[in-house]
Amino acid sequence: MKPTRLIFATAAFALSMLGLAGCKSGGGNTIKVGEFASLTGKEATFGTSSHEGTLLAFEEVNAAGGVLGKQLELLTEDDQTKAGEPANAVNKLISKDGVVSILGEVASSRSLEAAPICQQNKIPMISPASTNPTVTQEGDYVFRVCFTDTFQGAALANFASGTLKAHKVAVLTDVKSDYSKGLAKSFKEKYTSSGGVVGIELDFNGGDKDFKGQLTAIKSDAPDAIFLPGYYNDVALICIQAKQLGMNIPIFGGDGWESESLLSIGKEAMEGHYFSTHCSPDQGTPEMVRFVESYKKRFSGKFPDAMAVLGYDSARVLIDAIKRANTTESAALRAAIASTKDFSGASGKITLNANRDAMKALVFIRINAGKFTYHTTVNP
Amino acid sequence: MDWFFQQLINGLGLGAIYALIALGYTMVYGVLRFINFAHSDVLMLGAFTAFYIAPKIEKLSGSQSALGCIMVFILAAAVCAIIGMLIERLAYRPLRNRPKLTVLITAIGVSLLIEFTAQNEKVFGAAPQPFPQLLPEHALHWGALVVSSNDVLTVSVTTVLLVAMWWIVQKTRIGTAMRAVSYNQQAAYLMGVPVDRIISFTFGLGSALAAIAGVLYAIKAPGIEPLMGVQPGLRAFVAAVLGGIGNLPGAVLGGVLLGLLETFAGGISGLSNYRDAIAFGILILILLLKPAGLLGRSSVEKV
Repeated sequence: MKPTRLIFATAAFALSMLGLAGCKSGGGNTIKVGEFASLTGKEATFGTSSHEGTLLAFEEVNAAGGVLGKQLELLTEDDQTKAGEPANAVNKLISKDGVVSILGEVASSRSLEAAPICQQNKIPMISPASTNPTVTQEGDYVFRVCFTDTFQGAALANFASGTLKAHKVAVLTDVKSDYSKGLAKSFKEKYTSSGGVVGIELDFNGGDKDFKGQLTAIKSDAPDAIFLPGYYNDVALICIQAKQLGMNIPIFGGDGWESESLLSIGKEAMEGHYFSTHCSPDQGTPEMVRFVESYKKRFSGKFPDAMAVLGYDSARVLIDAIKRANTTESAALRAAIASTKDFSGASGKITLNANRDAMKALVFIRINAGKFTYHTTVNP
Repeated sequence: MDWFFQQLINGLGLGAIYALIALGYTMVYGVLRFINFAHSDVLMLGAFTAFYIAPKIEKLSGSQSALGCIMVFILAAAVCAIIGMLIERLAYRPLRNRPKLTVLITAIGVSLLIEFTAQNEKVFGAAPQPFPQLLPEHALHWGALVVSSNDVLTVSVTTVLLVAMWWIVQKTRIGTAMRAVSYNQQAAYLMGVPVDRIISFTFGLGSALAAIAGVLYAIKAPGIEPLMGVQPGLRAFVAAVLGGIGNLPGAVLGGVLLGLLETFAGGISGLSNYRDAIAFGILILILLLKPAGLLGRSSVEKV
């Protein structure tokens, strides 16, 4: 190698190291926060809604001057609703971009993939809407701003025996989803302990298009209602095929139902069915009214759903914690998030308990005349 | 007993769609001895073609009319036939004299290219789209049994198309040419059979079948997305192998069998979790006993 080349090579190497060092220190005038969401793919409305809520929170804070004298920078990665992608996204956000915290995901399976990585790197992670109890059990750096399925399952069991007056319920579970299996388990425990009978229990694979095999078996078992803890795409097709088979019993499920696609695909087959979710834009609290207004203004008249509200709340809980910690150093930030108490979020008052889960009320929605209509609220 | 007959009806309705897709696989295999993996994506393109033209046709023919529905089917089939011929012309024909493996891998590449192009937000986007209702839907009751008019439509369309395909292959001039190309491509060429045109025609026909299957599948499950073809495509491929690949009635038999197996397994508590495993397990058993498939003739592959 000629000496001039050697000099060039050394200089290039030194420069690149300098560049890397600049990246790592995260200096500059922004605080970087990472977000992973299912912006495309099967559950795209979940990711899009939560992302829009999160983005709105960041824009509001930045417009008001940022935090700790710095602007916030949101780095968003799309996991395409695919298993395996959340791990890639979160690894990139932490090791390449050097974010101080991670926000995401809606679906429990994908949050469960990211949680151990955040825990290992000691980067606080806040999930907006993953309800499976095991998500925050991954470690003390993992939080959520929503209730867990232990609470949701119990509320659904009371709803089945109380409001629906169902003595026997069939359960149809998505075997691909941790959320579905977890919610089915906590529902069955509470429902059988309060005297209900769980009839036939069947499974499907999320993404299937034909459910008539399962539905015919359910029909011949003659339950009073069907419990369907699934995500909206599958739910819509299942309700359509149940109607085709002439089944008139109510079908009910959890917060995985909440999406405009449920109505646009399921149409009149969805009438008279119920689901539980985190909040309703019609609940009328001042924080909710203010959020709905600014969301509609920012996203050209679009009406927010629960995932948007929770995306907004997850970002605001984080921002509040950064302010209180007065630093982005990970241990201090973690402690500040853990001590969140009576924070007035758009979805309701948020207090994180010792398990890093939010203690919050739940609402039931009934599908009526092609609309989600508020039915009842259940307090923890 | 009602339960049994209802499952039989459900299984037939599902199996008929698999059968229709399997017909396309088996025809291309029969002529070219290679599996066109892009077939399941042509199915998806058929459903999306119908999705975009249905509202326009509705304006001309009125809402949910039989005539409009037939036009949607024909247009979707025509568009996909052209796409199928284009795929063959651009991706497979330049490789015709290369090893079979090269074409096979190209087919997988074409399949992935279509799937991921379609998932782009500027093309179709990855989120499911609500498929419009093409025909008014009725439930026909027969005692405690319920038959959806959609399933009746699917089964009759499949039957008609099977007969039509058999007629084309066995009774027409072009069918004779197809069989000649299948038997010995080089000899057929020397006898004056326009091999390129025959292969093009086979792809067009196969893709038209895929498009019709796609529209029927979208009517059955009205949420369509770019990866909707993958699962039924895989099952139809298995159905074609099960029935004896290259054999038209075999493809239909395989499709219906697979639909029935899946439906019955899906309705049994504790087994519904394993419905694919059961269907594919039985496939392995059958192939162990009859390696050429149920209706296939075993032949020694020249390598």
